[in-house]
Amino acid sequence: MLMETDQKSVLASTESEIPVLALNAVTKTFPGVTALSEVSLELFPGKVTALVGENGAGKSTVVKILTGIYQPNGGQIEIDGSPIRFPTAQDAGDAGVTAIHQETVLFDELSVAENVFLGHAPRGRFGLIDTSAMMERAREILESVGAHIDPRTKLKDLGIANKHLVAIARALSIDARVVIMDEPTAALSQKEIEELYDLVEELKGQGKAILFISHKFDEIFRIADSYTVFRDGALVGSGAIADVTEAELVKMMVGRDVSQIFPDRERKTGDEILAVDGYEHPTEFADISFVLRRGEILGFYGLVGAGRSEFMQSLFGITRPSAGDVTIDGERAIIRSPADAVGKGIVYVPEDRGRQGTITALPIFQNVTLPSLGRTSKNGFLKLAEEFQLAREYTERLDLRAASLDTDVGNLSGGNQQKVVIAKWLATHPKIIILDEPTKGIDIGSKAAVHEFMAELAAQGLAVIMVSSEIPEVLGMSDRVIVMREGRIAAELSGDDMTPETLVRHAAGI
Amino acid sequence: MTDTTRFIPDRLQSPLERRLKSWETLLLAVAVAIFIVNSFTSPYFLNAWNLSDMTFNFTEKAMIAFAMALLIIAGEIDLSVASIIALASTAMGAAVQIGLGTPGLVLVGLGVGLICGAFNGFLVTKMGLPSIVVTIGTMSLFRGISYIVLGDQAYRGYPSDFSFFGQGYVFWVISFEFVLFAIIALVYFVILHKTNFGRAVYAIGNNPVGAEFSGIRVARVKFILFLLTGLMSGVAAICLTSRLASTRPSIAFGWELEIVTMVVLGGVSILGGSGSIPGVVIAAFVMGLVTFGLGLLNVPGIVMSIVIGALLIGVIALPRLWEKWRT
Repeated sequence: MLMETDQKSVLASTESEIPVLALNAVTKTFPGVTALSEVSLELFPGKVTALVGENGAGKSTVVKILTGIYQPNGGQIEIDGSPIRFPTAQDAGDAGVTAIHQETVLFDELSVAENVFLGHAPRGRFGLIDTSAMMERAREILESVGAHIDPRTKLKDLGIANKHLVAIARALSIDARVVIMDEPTAALSQKEIEELYDLVEELKGQGKAILFISHKFDEIFRIADSYTVFRDGALVGSGAIADVTEAELVKMMVGRDVSQIFPDRERKTGDEILAVDGYEHPTEFADISFVLRRGEILGFYGLVGAGRSEFMQSLFGITRPSAGDVTIDGERAIIRSPADAVGKGIVYVPEDRGRQGTITALPIFQNVTLPSLGRTSKNGFLKLAEEFQLAREYTERLDLRAASLDTDVGNLSGGNQQKVVIAKWLATHPKIIILDEPTKGIDIGSKAAVHEFMAELAAQGLAVIMVSSEIPEVLGMSDRVIVMREGRIAAELSGDDMTPETLVRHAAGI
Repeated sequence: MTDTTRFIPDRLQSPLERRLKSWETLLLAVAVAIFIVNSFTSPYFLNAWNLSDMTFNFTEKAMIAFAMALLIIAGEIDLSVASIIALASTAMGAAVQIGLGTPGLVLVGLGVGLICGAFNGFLVTKMGLPSIVVTIGTMSLFRGISYIVLGDQAYRGYPSDFSFFGQGYVFWVISFEFVLFAIIALVYFVILHKTNFGRAVYAIGNNPVGAEFSGIRVARVKFILFLLTGLMSGVAAICLTSRLASTRPSIAFGWELEIVTMVVLGGVSILGGSGSIPGVVIAAFVMGLVTFGLGLLNVPGIVMSIVIGALLIGVIALPRLWEKWRT
């Protein structure tokens, strides 16, 4: 922590101006969880501040507080040195704060221009929307971010990268003083990322303050002027980028040496339990064949859109493959629905927890017992005492944090929601568990718990398939890795072949 | 976040406490208030036979409302229920003409209800069509068949023992219909609140995708719910036809909206996911009491529907306003 104080003084000596936007000892709590604990953050005009931290460190909570979506429980927000409150998103917008979110909120059925200007479209006579002016302005803004899209196109007809550029254009259409970019490059190609960097430079030149949230260190070191690191909802360090190394940042982020993150486990695999042969889908994937053994963790790596989730959902019975066979324990399995899959011992922890993984409006215990009701009930009649017992058994194994088992899942943090999903499936005594981005968006404590738990499951003889886009996670957890590219298996790697370079090379096809 | 395993209680709020703070309690208070007001405004109200007559205002509708409640909680709706009554009643009338006895008529009524329910269920779950569109279509279709068969005629001549369903009394003032209503209420209470099937209904209504991903056979559950709604429409058709002792194609006209009103008044979210059978039972009584009380005061039917509409909006809006005012 010595470093921290040093760098604060460096910052103070080089920056004499008042920050355009600042958070002062801001705290935000949710039932059972402290998301932010007295954190401070300062943004200066014409400067890029990188906000760094593991998933769940509180970065997204800060963004939501700065954009008026959440109200802090303590501390204050300051604009030009004077306190201000953002009771609604509109107020934050009026104060000149705009955000490009991690998961963009856009409208598929509206045109690109309407998406860019929703809520602040140029008005013509009688207060009606001036469509031609809107199209013209939208075209200008889109060109400025390097997106050559016809503003009349419906959003749903765009690819994911272009959608992201529309979101960026939307943020720029508001005349902002502070631009927050929450992992803006996550879904962009290398060329688009370069264009984004140019854009950031341009915004800096216009004197805008930029809060840049990213997991990618090359990015941070390339465009940021200063950094702020959060860990588990608390500020652990801040200073000028020039005075810090990548290793120091990583250490601040995780609070320990990176090599210790993944549990050591004895890699001992048993008999073959699952064989997939020639799985095909008309549009999403083709020619997928592999085997999985008991006690094995098989990683699936690939770029976003490589067809990994689509294949897994097909294996789980959500979509039907057009060809291909599945053999479980030596027997051919016909899986037409998730219910069939669960019956055969295959369970799936989806990436989209809120929509697919949990039923957020139902309490924890009901979520956990949902696929196991056949066991906790008698002749189809519910037995609440047994439900609570089953839910307790599995949530305790996962070290769930919640006010009660009767709490709605929607009130839990991402990490605890994920624990509920995993508990739900373990209670069904599966043979094969598929985890799709199991630690995406969850706090570091839960992340380690999920990793340890995966190792434990494998040690108990469960076969684990892990889809992950985080290279350290893939390498740290997997016995073998299958790399997918454009719906096909590009490579199957094990042992010494499993290096970050080989993964990236096969995923990108170079 | 670093403390070791800590105990998570099952519940923070006892089920009793939750019940006392519920919508059902508020609605029950409304029902009692209406009861008291009615007994002051009309000297004929507090009479066992009059109160017994009052129950006929809601028993047949409520039978369907219970099945509709499950369907709406699961995020679907069936607007064809009143037309199923018309078609089932027409089929029973036609069966009388070929000399079928009471047991046969009951089977025809239930059978037509089930077939109509299966048809709706097939279109929604197998063809993937939205239920509101499907059942607006079958609403016209089913009643249309009745009109083609009957025109401006009516079927009469139901056997004398058939009249028991709609006109019989089990004990003193307790009608057969009221007993049937109570039994059906109990059965649906158990289905929705005490079985795995009921849990699946709530799960589907809150998040059909999440339910499917949790291994629930969503389409199958929904199909069964459409079957049940059709079946209950068949039961109601038997009771109503028996009570009226005749079938016209306009039978039970407009009931679908009264039934949906009853369900929503009972606290079932029109968006799906929440609601209870006790709520619908109380709502049935509220609607019965209001129409009956106004009837005793010789208030015309159109005014009654205005009052019911105002009641619905009022009871739905009050808790929202209360929440807003508090925060």
